[in-house]
Amino acid sequence: MEAVVIAVVVVAVVLFFVSTYNRLVTLRQRVKEAWADIDVQLKRRHDLIPNLVETVKGYATHESTVFQNVTQARAAAVAAGATASPQERAQAENVLTGALRSVFAVAENYPQLQAVQEFKDLSENLTATEDKIAFARRFYNGNVRDYNTSLQTFPTNLFADAFGFKPEEYFELAEAGEREAPQVKF
Amino acid sequence: MASTPSPARVSIYDAAAANRVRTAVLLVSFVFIVVVLAYFVGEYLAGGSGVAIVPIAFLIAVGSAWVSYFAGDKLILAQSRARELGPDEEKVLRDITETLAVGLGVPAPRLYVIEDSAPNAFATGRDPAHASLVVTRGLLQKMDRTELEGVLAHELSHVGNRDIRVMLLVTVLVGTVALIADMAWRAMFWGGGSRGRDRDRGGGGAILAIVALVLLVISPIIAQLIQLAVSRQREYLADASGALLTRYPPGLASALRKIAADTEVLEAANKATASLYIANPLKDAPAFFDHLFDTHPPIEERIRRLEAMG
Repeated sequence: MEAVVIAVVVVAVVLFFVSTYNRLVTLRQRVKEAWADIDVQLKRRHDLIPNLVETVKGYATHESTVFQNVTQARAAAVAAGATASPQERAQAENVLTGALRSVFAVAENYPQLQAVQEFKDLSENLTATEDKIAFARRFYNGNVRDYNTSLQTFPTNLFADAFGFKPEEYFELAEAGEREAPQVKF
Repeated sequence: MASTPSPARVSIYDAAAANRVRTAVLLVSFVFIVVVLAYFVGEYLAGGSGVAIVPIAFLIAVGSAWVSYFAGDKLILAQSRARELGPDEEKVLRDITETLAVGLGVPAPRLYVIEDSAPNAFATGRDPAHASLVVTRGLLQKMDRTELEGVLAHELSHVGNRDIRVMLLVTVLVGTVALIADMAWRAMFWGGGSRGRDRDRGGGGAILAIVALVLLVISPIIAQLIQLAVSRQREYLADASGALLTRYPPGLASALRKIAADTEVLEAANKATASLYIANPLKDAPAFFDHLFDTHPPIEERIRRLEAMG
């Protein structure tokens, strides 16, 4: 009788650890997949910038510092893409966003440039990519939140670290006018 | 209600897992219904042998389930007279769809248009990688950007939640049950003459014959009711997750209001496909069956819930 009780308890404990472990692996995998989505959109952004710089340069010949800044910021962001953590990448991307703003500010001073189809297409594509980055970031952060919450709630927090599960970093971009999440009540 | 988890906490992963279970239940019960129906009809009404019919019915059931799983979306698209959009058509629609798809972590679906001025939309496919999103010309013409975003986010939530697979199977399988019941009716009248030659079954046979008749009458109705029960709750959930995706509930609310105010009937929709659409495309509301046979929750209620999200 005692042996049966012990066996049942042992099996229950093992099942608990197995299912918790598998759930954490699943959640971590979702974070990785979501991160890959962000990566795709950031790369697309980096690919668009050289063309934009070239197009604007053709009209705004005297603004070399602005172009240097954006080219440097882009190089830093690309470099960060290879190795850096989400937080460091977000910082590099924020610098790039600032540099891009000044390019567009410069472009505003050249009415002929505004009429060029290539410039219009590029800025439209860039805006669409920024939108996608914002959405990809939201999806990623949602998955990070689910994963981190699981890690940090009792009783998982007692042994998650021992199994090698570490909290993931959020990807935070400096963005004004982000829409608040609506309250859903049923 | 305290016991109900708010949809805000239901991730697409939870909804998708629930729908995987639903898909399995649906397929098993479909095969079961068809086999039982065929057995009773064969044994007691059509004057044949029920046992002999069972393997045939089983094959037909599994076959039609197979076809509806892999080709059901194409059937539905063809029936709705939807045309696939080329990569350069409707740039705004494509941009919004791609952006929202990124926000849900699903691949962007293929885009289709129905050339009809009634505003409506639906999504179909067996999984997000094989999903198609259909909008009518009327939707593109009558909605502004935030409204279009609301509608597309609702449809993409169906894709992310894997609702589209359940809805696809329900649509095609309910149609199949109706078709089989219809065929059984015919077989019954054709087989009626041979019944006299059957061996005597006594009173038990008569009762079972009545059971068979009742089954025959109610199984299409049951199938229909399953479809409706499944689709109404789903719409509220997709409204909520769509609103969470765009972060702008008034967009979808305003789109629903426009769709409700529009009196045009979507010609390409029919009873089988009606429940796929974001709002009932048939505009029929027979007073007698009012709520039992609604394919969609009342649009005013959906708008009210969206407005409550603020």
